[in-house]
Amino acid sequence: MATHDHHGHDHAPPPDEDGPLTYYQTMEIAVRELLIEKGIFGADDVRRAIETMDARDHAAGAEVVAHAWTDPDFREALLADGTGACARLGIDIGPTRLIAVENTAAVHNVIVCTLCSCYPRNLLGLPPDWYKSRAYRSRVVREPRAVLREFGTAIPDDVTVRVHDSTADMRYIVVPRRPAGTEGWARERLAALVTRDSLIGVTVPKNP
Amino acid sequence: MGGLPAGRVEPTEHDYALWEKRVDALMVLLGGQGRGVITVDELRRGIEQLGAEAYEAMSYYERWIASMTNTLLAKGIITSDELGRRMAEVGKRGEGAG
Repeated sequence: MATHDHHGHDHAPPPDEDGPLTYYQTMEIAVRELLIEKGIFGADDVRRAIETMDARDHAAGAEVVAHAWTDPDFREALLADGTGACARLGIDIGPTRLIAVENTAAVHNVIVCTLCSCYPRNLLGLPPDWYKSRAYRSRVVREPRAVLREFGTAIPDDVTVRVHDSTADMRYIVVPRRPAGTEGWARERLAALVTRDSLIGVTVPKNP
Repeated sequence: MGGLPAGRVEPTEHDYALWEKRVDALMVLLGGQGRGVITVDELRRGIEQLGAEAYEAMSYYERWIASMTNTLLAKGIITSDELGRRMAEVGKRGEGAG
C-alpha cells in the first residue's frame, strides 16, 4: 500500500476517496440526494447511520462470550435463544435471529455466508473483506480444515468441524472455548482475549 | 458459490470508504425503521439479477447500489429520467467521492 511520505502517514486512505467519481459513486450521490428531496429520509439520518456503523466493532460479541464463560445461566440462555440473551445485556440484534454455536472439546464451529455477506454486524461490526471473498465463501464449506489452516488454526482430526451458512434472516456467532489458565478472571479481562476472528470461528481466542 | 473451487483465502481487509458506508447506510435506512422501502430479500434478488458477469466485474458496494437503484426504479420511487439528469449534474460538479 502506498504511503504519503510528505506528511508522514503510514497508511494510505482507501483508494476510492480521491480522483474523479466512478459511475457507481455518482449513482450513490444522485440516488441519495433524490431520496432526501423526496423526504424518504433526511441527510441527518444518513450521517447518524454511518456513526452507528463506525461505533461498532467486535466488543459487543466479546462481551457476550465473556458472559457465557462466567455465567452458566446466561450461557444456557444464549445457546437456546441468542437474540433474547443478547437483549438481556442490552444488545439489540435487530430484525434477524441470532444463533450462538458453542465450541467444545469435540466440535469446532465456523460461520460463513455463501450467498453474500450475512454477518452478525450488531455484535462484530462490518465484515472483513476476506469474509465476503469468493475464496472463503466457496471453500470453507467444502474444505474447512484447509481454510482454517490458512488462518493458522489447526483443528485435530478427532474434532468435528461444523460450518454454519448464514442467511438474511439468521446470523450465527461462535462461542469459542475459554482458554485454560483464566480461572477466576473478571469478564473484562476475559473479553480482551476474544478476537473478532475467534467469533467467526477461523481462529481461537488469544492465550492468557 | 458455496462449494465451487477457488484459491487461497487472503486475509484482506480495508477501511471502508465513505461512499461505501453511505451505500450501506442507504440500505439500512431504506430497509429499516418502519420504512420498508427495500427489503433485504429485494436487495439480494437485485444483486442476483445483475448476472454472473456483472457480479464478477463489480465491487461489493457497487452491486448494492446497482441493485438498490434498480429496485427504486422498478417501484417508481425514482424515475430513470430524474436519475439520469441528477447523475449528469453530479458528474459536472466535479467533486470527489468524499
